Amino acid sequence: MISRVWVYGDNVNTDVIFPGKYTYTLRTQDEIATHALEDLDPAFATNVQSGDVIVAGVNWGCGSSREQGVTSIKWSGVTTIIAASFGGLYFRNCINQGVRPIVCPGLVNVIQTGDSIEITANEIVANRQHFPIPQLSPSVQAILDAGGLLPMLQRRFQSAAPA
Amino acid sequence: MSGFTFAEKALARAAGVSQARAGDVLDVRPDVIFSHDNTAAIRRIFAEIGAENIAHPDRVIVTLDHAVPAPTTLHAQNHAEIREWVQQQNIAHFFEVGRGICHQVISEEALVLPGQVIFGSDSHTTHFGWLGAFGMGVGRTEMAALWATGELWLRVPEAMQIILTGELQPGVTAKDIMLHILRELTVNRGQYRSVEFTGDAISSLPIDERPVIPNMMAEFGAMNAYFPPDQQVRNYLDLRGGHGYQPIYPDADAEYEQRHTFDVTALDPQIALPHQPDHVVSLAEAVGQPIQQAFIGTCTGGRYSDLAAAAEVVRGHKVRVRFVIIPASSQVLLQAAQTGVLTDLIEAGATITTPGCGPCMGNHMGVPAPNEVTISSGSRNFKGRMGTTDAPIYLSNPYVVAASALCGVIAHPKEFLA
Ligand code: SF4
Repeated sequence: MISRVWVYGDNVNTDVIFPGKYTYTLRTQDEIATHALEDLDPAFATNVQSGDVIVAGVNWGCGSSREQGVTSIKWSGVTTIIAASFGGLYFRNCINQGVRPIVCPGLVNVIQTGDSIEITANEIVANRQHFPIPQLSPSVQAILDAGGLLPMLQRRFQSAAPA
Repeated sequence: MSGFTFAEKALARAAGVSQARAGDVLDVRPDVIFSHDNTAAIRRIFAEIGAENIAHPDRVIVTLDHAVPAPTTLHAQNHAEIREWVQQQNIAHFFEVGRGICHQVISEEALVLPGQVIFGSDSHTTHFGWLGAFGMGVGRTEMAALWATGELWLRVPEAMQIILTGELQPGVTAKDIMLHILRELTVNRGQYRSVEFTGDAISSLPIDERPVIPNMMAEFGAMNAYFPPDQQVRNYLDLRGGHGYQPIYPDADAEYEQRHTFDVTALDPQIALPHQPDHVVSLAEAVGQPIQQAFIGTCTGGRYSDLAAAAEVVRGHKVRVRFVIIPASSQVLLQAAQTGVLTDLIEAGATITTPGCGPCMGNHMGVPAPNEVTISSGSRNFKGRMGTTDAPIYLSNPYVVAASALCGVIAHPKEFLA
């Protein structure tokens, strides 16, 4: 898969990813997506295309645990986020919402916003450099593959076949 | 190779793997899980999953505590729905209206023991670190998933060590240590960390005060907190039938990505100003601020030691403002009745209401009017926390709350303490 990237720095917190003032007023997916990264990069929400990928430095998504920090990005069409490291709750929210978090310390240093990278099952290729993708535990991968925690459990409990 | 942190050891055990490291992702099977008044909402998510029955009802605890006794018909319906669900699912541990706040009740009932893992649909589940257990708050969907499967995936957190040394002065409590930590390190530093305490100050902390710090680690952003269980903890659990557990201690050479040391000997009473728990100053800087209400209660500051501290201050005096006392549990209430603490409080003009959360999150039984100022022994003073955004909240230890109730302004308790 070839993806266009949006590149950001270190310690980006969820307040600038999705401002707290909207958490209780906005409800629809489109409305929420309109404000993704509003206080970090106003160009993002207007120019993002489905299939784009975010690449960030350390501690992406630190701060408040609000789920919209993930869903606003997901509903903008981004379903993979790569970072040198993630805020722990943000990482949880990604998995539970079916957004693929990839921990990749080196990538952010070799690319710029607008570049393209290739993501395969095991590695990321950018500027002819190869970066391995750490494997998630099988059970976590299964949640991601199902589209998140709720869909995964729905599938497990609602399918006719025994789990 | 370095040793293991408490979190690494406790989560490896609960996941049934031989060892784990920070960053590893595990499927953790908690020993116990709990929810409270939000049980009905979780039930609705559970219904969406499509599972019929809770996988391990013997590990499930439900307490009614957040709005008890029911203030409105809607709250009563919510409770009724929960009771029906508890019966239908044979949930092993159910605590009715009036028994008390989840964290306090589960401790008193010895339902979680040192070394165990407990998940609750409440952010203050860090509380159970006071017993040397791994306590973590989860979201409602995650609790529904736990009901359905008995397990939840988790990324093992990095750990931070906080060393507490020295001994507190009279009139200074664990609450002041906690506020001081927030003052020094702010509300974000503990983000998704296992905050593991050590140091000689812990064993000299009265057992009844200890939960304050792991409890308020939620305000520090921690995933869980940990006090090493000592003889006082063993005695506490012995009295309550908590046996057969295996405490877990971190290795001496465990890897901590941060270490902070606090000497508590010279600490004076601290106070958090509106509207954030780390807006902390020394009490002296807030003295004289008029208040309209003083509140002793919550899972942070409603234990027997809090009521006893307040009684010590107000004994023989009369309060000038509303003084609301909400014991954290029925056992706290009973003990306060038996020792005369309740009499002292009532004679001084306090009002006592049903054990539970009360006005802590703005539900009822002591919510302020706009522009009214409350001083509270609780843990949160965010804008609007007690029901209206224009009502400032100050957080302090129970001596200070009581002294302020007597003076009608924020006051230092020293002149009331013999
Ligand atoms: S007392 Fe307050 S902080 Fe504690 S569980 Fe109840 S609402 Fe939450």
